[in-house]
Amino acid sequence: MKNKSLVSINDYTKEEYFKILDLAEEFQKNPNHKLLENHVIASLFFEPSTRTRLSFETAIQRLGGKVIGFSEAANTSVAKGESLKDTILTVSKYADLIVMRHPIEGSARYASTVSDKPIINAGDGSNQHPTQCLLDLYSIRKTQGTLENINLFLVGDLKHGRTVHSLLQAMSEFNPVFNFVSPPLLRMPQEYKDFLDEKGIKYYEHDELNESIKHADIIYVTRVQRERFSDPMEYEKVKNAYVLKNKMLEGTKDNLRILHPLPRVNEIDTDVDPNPKAYYFEQAENGVYARMALMCHILGIR
Amino acid sequence: MKSELKVKAIEKGTVIDHIKAENLYKILSIIGIENLDTQIFIGNNLDSQKFGKKAIIKIADKFPSMDDVNKIALIDPNAVINIIRDYQVVEKTKVELPETINTFVKCINPKCITNHEKVETKFNVQVKDGKVNLKCYYCEKITGQNNIEVIR
Ligand SMILES: [Zn+2]
Repeated sequence: MKNKSLVSINDYTKEEYFKILDLAEEFQKNPNHKLLENHVIASLFFEPSTRTRLSFETAIQRLGGKVIGFSEAANTSVAKGESLKDTILTVSKYADLIVMRHPIEGSARYASTVSDKPIINAGDGSNQHPTQCLLDLYSIRKTQGTLENINLFLVGDLKHGRTVHSLLQAMSEFNPVFNFVSPPLLRMPQEYKDFLDEKGIKYYEHDELNESIKHADIIYVTRVQRERFSDPMEYEKVKNAYVLKNKMLEGTKDNLRILHPLPRVNEIDTDVDPNPKAYYFEQAENGVYARMALMCHILGIR
Repeated sequence: MKSELKVKAIEKGTVIDHIKAENLYKILSIIGIENLDTQIFIGNNLDSQKFGKKAIIKIADKFPSMDDVNKIALIDPNAVINIIRDYQVVEKTKVELPETINTFVKCINPKCITNHEKVETKFNVQVKDGKVNLKCYYCEKITGQNNIEVIR
């Protein structure tokens, strides 16, 4: 059971991901089950992340499981100075599966070596957040009917965004074309471009959102955060260059869908929301089905 | 005179040869030379047929552990380790990079779990453009050859 932990997107094979995506589709058709009726799932949020926690806890409830845990480390044994190792060892004696989010990088991998129950990494600092990637894959497959040959635009902060890095790695298995749209300061790091070169995958870099999006199947938008800029003037200059507005979507492909890991600030104008190509709230909903499927897969229930 | 002989011969012990001159001080540091109490002879800027200037270290009465060999390989993959008995080389090993490095290198990422809790470090060894990169098993960040810091 131990080796079933999902810490990093590279831990599972392509076949395992397909199996999980298929199961997620089943859950979307019929979301309420008693499959986890006899299971206790620990939800350990050492740092708050309301969206991710609610998504996991909804997934557990829909499967009839029980949740224990905490939504922040304050007022817990952690605040009293307990080591991560001791917390995980203890909780692994109570629960059948541990979902954890922690600000320290590598904490989930370490927990998976300490615990005899499987771990799901719900984010470890700026390192990995594999269930976000799983629901992104699900959303792309669901809206495009396939993961193959997708023209994928990644927009926003491509330097720090772990979400776009994981998605890039995962989609590279499926012969995509990438278009990177970002301020020069926040470009896709060289190591990922080297990775694509090695795999022979085409990519193009753009300084602004322009008519090239007419070729897009998926536009994946991320937040450009003010705190990433040491010079506030620099931020003011770029912040409006990466805002997606409804009129920019004229002439784009019918199958185009707009994705965003949420929360959104202003990088997608609210005038896009009524457009059928806006898919970010459905994407968040898909996260519940993807997490339901993942938990059943890990526990060997389905 | 052969350059090895410019440095006093030892009866038994270890000779680390074919070190690039620029790597000598890093190797002395990584093997913890200051903690050794036997005789040590060091030659530097000796002529080398393979490359410009080389260094040689002779350590009497001590034999290297696998950890020592790995440490030397991290700094200078071209070094050669000779085991000496009765003034003769009885074993000659070209150091080789292991696939993983455990316990003695610090992860460069200050936000890594190994720098926050009592966790032994563990790295996958990758070589890119002739440089050694250590990929942390936990935080997945790369510690480059120039940033290698040894945990004592
Ligand atoms: Zn690390």
